[in-house]
Amino acid sequence: RLCRQLCTKAMTPLSQKSSGTSDQLHQPRCVCFLCSKENFDSIPDLEFNPIRGKIVHAFFDKRNLRQESDGLADEINFEDFLTIMSYFRPIEMNMDEEQLDRFRKEKLKFLFHMYDSDHDGKITLQEYRNVVEELLSGNPHLEKESARSIADGAMMEAASICGPDQVYEGITFEDFLKMWQGIDIETKMHVRFLNMETIAHCY
Amino acid sequence: MGSATLAHAKLLNWLLSLSSLVCCSAAGYVDDPNLSKSFLPHYEPDQGDAVGSSQDTRLHVFTVDYDYVQIPYEVTLWILFASLAKIGFHLYHRLPRLMPESCILIAIGALVGAIIFASDHKSPPVMNTSIYFLYLLPPIILEEGYFMPTRPFFENFGSILWWSVLGSLVNSFGIGLSLYGVCQIEAFGLTDLDLLQNLLFGSMISAVDPVAALVVFEEASVNEQLYMMIFGESLLNDGITVVLYNIFIAFTQMHRYEEIESIDVFAGFARFFVVGLGGVLFGIVFGFVSALMTRFTHNVSAIEPLLVFMFSYLSYLSAETLYISGILAMTACAVTMKKYVEENVSQNSYTTIKYFMKMLSSVSETLIFVFMGVSTVGKNHEWNWAFICFTLLFCLVWRTLSVFALFYISNKFRTYPFTFKDQLIISYSGLRGASSFSLAFLLPVNLFPRKNLFITATLVVIYFTVFIQGITIGPLVRYLDVKKTNKKESINEEIHVRLMDHLKAGIEDICGHWSHYQLRDKFKKFDNKYLKKILIRGHQPKSSIVSLYKKMEIKLAIEMAESAMKISNSSTASSQRGRNERAHRLSPAEVESMRDVLAHNLYQVRQRAPTYNRHNLPTNTNEKQAQEILIRRQHSLRQSCRKGNSLPWGRPARTTEVRYLSLPQGPSQPTRRKTRRVAFTGNGSALLYILLQQ
Repeated sequence: RLCRQLCTKAMTPLSQKSSGTSDQLHQPRCVCFLCSKENFDSIPDLEFNPIRGKIVHAFFDKRNLRQESDGLADEINFEDFLTIMSYFRPIEMNMDEEQLDRFRKEKLKFLFHMYDSDHDGKITLQEYRNVVEELLSGNPHLEKESARSIADGAMMEAASICGPDQVYEGITFEDFLKMWQGIDIETKMHVRFLNMETIAHCY
Repeated sequence: MGSATLAHAKLLNWLLSLSSLVCCSAAGYVDDPNLSKSFLPHYEPDQGDAVGSSQDTRLHVFTVDYDYVQIPYEVTLWILFASLAKIGFHLYHRLPRLMPESCILIAIGALVGAIIFASDHKSPPVMNTSIYFLYLLPPIILEEGYFMPTRPFFENFGSILWWSVLGSLVNSFGIGLSLYGVCQIEAFGLTDLDLLQNLLFGSMISAVDPVAALVVFEEASVNEQLYMMIFGESLLNDGITVVLYNIFIAFTQMHRYEEIESIDVFAGFARFFVVGLGGVLFGIVFGFVSALMTRFTHNVSAIEPLLVFMFSYLSYLSAETLYISGILAMTACAVTMKKYVEENVSQNSYTTIKYFMKMLSSVSETLIFVFMGVSTVGKNHEWNWAFICFTLLFCLVWRTLSVFALFYISNKFRTYPFTFKDQLIISYSGLRGASSFSLAFLLPVNLFPRKNLFITATLVVIYFTVFIQGITIGPLVRYLDVKKTNKKESINEEIHVRLMDHLKAGIEDICGHWSHYQLRDKFKKFDNKYLKKILIRGHQPKSSIVSLYKKMEIKLAIEMAESAMKISNSSTASSQRGRNERAHRLSPAEVESMRDVLAHNLYQVRQRAPTYNRHNLPTNTNEKQAQEILIRRQHSLRQSCRKGNSLPWGRPARTTEVRYLSLPQGPSQPTRRKTRRVAFTGNGSALLYILLQQ
């Protein structure tokens, strides 16, 4: 709750400011704003979300936070929070091909990290099963068996796209990119913020 | 070679039958001596026979009484004629690519009109206001509303609403006012058309009927947003133009033009909103009531289609009683009803409803087009170059203007902005059709002395847009290379997109941000908690899964029955392979069925927009699957080792259990087994019984 209040309070003044460098905005906030997992758990609406765990996890994943190390951070500060949020920027009209491509790859990387919970760079069958089970966990009457078999089927399909004959260990990022080829992630994966300039300064 | 000659033979056959039909109908027209002008066949007891007149004292072995059957006879002939034309249209492969189907219908109408005119026959007055609004229009509306793809519609709802409502308003007023300006010029001889009449004409002519455009889009598989915009526009546009039309007619009827004060104008606006929103509310209420009714019909499944149709029709009629927009009511009813009714009705009823709806709307549309053709070749025309040319010009100009202006604004709020190409396509797809003609035809002559002028102008616009725009829009879409939709349907994609939905909802929760995902989530929760419990029979949460789940299971049980001969070691087969134990291949049918479980149930309305074509339906996937399974029976022997753990519902597949359609071990399942088996007699069980005979 505290985190959320801080978040919302922080976002609105940010969005109202039409221009401002990142230093100005971040300095006063960076110091006193630290978020941990418990804060996220206290957001009420998030309770109903089946992949709640993964979302919260994603906030603390060091790979998403662009840190060199691996594993999970314990706490994040505001700048980290904004870094995560920056994955959800909408596309801008003036982006060229290369920028768009990079943009898309970043978003997909974020997604990939959500699947790949053990940080080994591959989505294995077990991880995929976890994801599907979590997705379907909102429905109490669907058993784990069916969720598992759906995940199996999906894995089969992925295997057939990405290399049908070898022993298939897991989906790598390249395969993941291939699977997403037709889907328009730029328009799906974004949240409409009122003002984008502040987010851009995170880079 | 063979197929080409076959196609030619078919074409020839069709031509022969068509010409025979033409001769037959022409003969029918020429033959009748006395025509009754009244609407219903006026059955006069033939005084000659009753009294024993002096002329006919013999008993006639062979008499002809055409008057009695004239109206149904001719109507049936028209419909049959049009259907044959459609068959021929589709036989000749290149034609559908070249021009939309509406062209053929209009051509047929013109042909029939020419025949009637040539034989100097007074066609039966099949179309007057009440018939059109009570009988011809509802099926078309119902079909549009029922086959609407809900999820894309509601995702783009804001834009669609903005565009339809404001677009219609802008177009109507724009065209009306511009034409009024033109009418003021003395040289054109139009000064007797006052403002109100021009406004009315504007509202009539802005009734867009882009079915032809939709067919082109479907074929070119343009992206979903564009498709939905046009679809949504066609859906709402009918309702809005009719509302405007009625308001203007009411104004015209307030005898003197000078009496209209600003209070009336405001009342008009208020009425617009009341009528629109009231209609929607009405429709939703009726939709819920009918969904509730269908909950109890599992013993009398033969009347289920009847319920659906009657309730929708009732919503239309009730709304019309109160002068609320029946069209919007019916649309809302169909949309609301569809989700719940589909759960409750049996498979056969569902199919019946679909096909019957298409058939009814097809018939209505055909009749309207025939009538349009009849009017074309007739004497009730008044040609005025200025009016007609300016009408055409203003239609095009105002549509383009409204598209670009409105989309400029709405693009600012959209996550997926419409590009210039998209907007160009949208402005070009403003085809007029049956609705504007009907509205023009039904103008009361006493209020509109120059009604013929309006009719002529409307006809010209319709012909122009349907033929010229309809034919060129296909090449235009292909030339502009509009962004295509991604048709690939795979389980992976489903999972990913679903994950994305939840992810987005979660992030937005964290930000305290509201968007339509949240609304959708909340609605779904409410839906599951309350609505589905009331409206769907035997509802466990997400019974939509359980029902299709079982359907899937039947299909898979069939496959298991095939390999039931080879049941040896069921559960030990694959356990030793560790991590890659699942690397053996699942059959394509299984993958297909899993895909269906996902696609049809978990992501409830994930189906792509079905072919929005009044004239055919997408093939039934269940039938396809059943056929696939039958085919695969031949090749199923090598799939012996794949059963067991990889099937959720196929626990140790012993022969005895297969016989009883082993269901997943749920608590209250066994009692429902029987009813479900009966319900699926259509597709699965027949196969199953055949298989189990072995």
